[in-house]
Amino acid sequence: METPIFEILRSKKDRVLQLWLQVQQMDTEVSNNYNTADELRAQSTEFVDILVGSLNENTVQDFSSPELEALTDYISSLTISRARQGFSPRETATYIFTLKDALLKVLSEQNSDNPQQLYQDSILVSKFIDNIGILSFETFITGREDVIFQQSEEMAELSTPVIRVWNGILAMPIIGTLDSARTQVVMENLLQGIVDTGSSIAILDISGVPAVDSLVAQHLIKTVNATRLMGAECIISGIRPEIAQTVVHLGIDLSQMITKATLESALKFAFNSLQLEVRRTQREKLN
Amino acid sequence: MLMMTMLIKESLIIQQERDLVYCRNRVKEVAAKIGMGIVNQTKLITATSEIARNMLIYGGGGTMRLEVVTKGKQEGIQLVFEDKGPGIADIQKAMQDGYTTGRSLGMGLPGAKRLVNEFVIQSAIGQGTTVKMLKWKNG
Amino acid sequence: MEKIPILKMGKFLLVTIQVDLYDRLALTLEEDLIQMVFKTGSKGVLIDISALSIVDSFMGKIIGNIAGMSSIMDAETVVVGMQPAVAITLIELGLPLSGVHTALNVEKGMALLESRMPPSLDDANDDDVD
Repeated sequence: METPIFEILRSKKDRVLQLWLQVQQMDTEVSNNYNTADELRAQSTEFVDILVGSLNENTVQDFSSPELEALTDYISSLTISRARQGFSPRETATYIFTLKDALLKVLSEQNSDNPQQLYQDSILVSKFIDNIGILSFETFITGREDVIFQQSEEMAELSTPVIRVWNGILAMPIIGTLDSARTQVVMENLLQGIVDTGSSIAILDISGVPAVDSLVAQHLIKTVNATRLMGAECIISGIRPEIAQTVVHLGIDLSQMITKATLESALKFAFNSLQLEVRRTQREKLN
Repeated sequence: MLMMTMLIKESLIIQQERDLVYCRNRVKEVAAKIGMGIVNQTKLITATSEIARNMLIYGGGGTMRLEVVTKGKQEGIQLVFEDKGPGIADIQKAMQDGYTTGRSLGMGLPGAKRLVNEFVIQSAIGQGTTVKMLKWKNG
Repeated sequence: MEKIPILKMGKFLLVTIQVDLYDRLALTLEEDLIQMVFKTGSKGVLIDISALSIVDSFMGKIIGNIAGMSSIMDAETVVVGMQPAVAITLIELGLPLSGVHTALNVEKGMALLESRMPPSLDDANDDDVD
């Protein structure tokens, strides 16, 4: 009677580990200097233990089986910890794929007299390890995506500060491109700022916006209109000559908004509408 | 990787005006539960209000199926409105800003579409109308 | 039947909407408010919507109606206290509520109405001469 593949591997666990460590040592890609040999041995032992422990007649066929949760969790955390230690995805993948070499070697030792069986078992093992490789790769990508997502969130927060420049006047410099996701953050922060400070004038300075096309203009108009709905006025400042040129060339109508060339003139306008005056004080002369 | 999430899936009946308020509140509750921001919450319940009212006025009422859906890391709310009313003759026209067969502003359908991430409308004369919309938590 | 209370504050009317509006309640409010403008001869209407978490196209229409109707009865309407999320949503929906005055809060709305009133009844005639 043929011994099922998982039984073979269970009984030959130590041989698998021994072969795997051998292959790892031969492969410079794996036996890189990140880990000491002891660490690598400990990690590999754990890996083989969990792998062999979770193999049975169902799981060997079906990688999505819930019985493999321990293994998939282990691979995910292994990938993450290796990524943190500075292993490249190639190194981690090679580490996993060398295990395949060891497993196949063990199978061929056991089934040398039965090529048919060996062929079938080899395909099964191959597929199984490939799945582990894919899972590890996916984990790696997901980890990266998390980092990118967090960074873009932080950037959106950082790049839209609301500054109270005077009692009743807010300013918000925008640096970088204004897309629709960003516009939402800008609007939210600006309107919340208006509520929090009870300001009636908000200045949106776009000196740091590289280009204004019809889409950006639309976002600006939306922001101005939303500000008006709240009962405040929004002034757009920092209209550079290039921006004025493109706006007119593209035929964008900004006439419903109050626009100013500089933050300074926007501030003057704001002072004016709040009936404030900034004057140089008369110093008392000594003589 | 297996994710254990409490998926919410329920069906609400919209037959009278009061149901509209209940629907909005329920959607808001679920949106808040999955951690949707206040602006996106407001957009979603406004879209809900528009579509539910349309269904009440033109479709003679119907049902709203509410479901929390996940796609990868994304989490969102899917709403399916179904009525067995007369149907919409010209969907393209109905999706235009300012077009109305009633006395409303004609902003309901096109406005609702702008407020969500995915919006599909299907209608057959004499059989009814289905509107499916989806809003992602961070969308 | 539920009703939204309308308060008379000096020359103006103040409506604070505290409950979620369903359509009939909004229509009743429109009706009552216009009647009150007529009865009291108020020159200004303040609608405080700071407690509202949603304004959809129907309510937008009612607000526009109230403003339009009051305006031909020589009263100005100011909507005060709109939540940021509601403002953003209304813009996205395509309803900028043009023709309606807005203010941050009741106090500022009151000041806005005050500033738009003729100085006093007696001086009103002199304005035209100027």
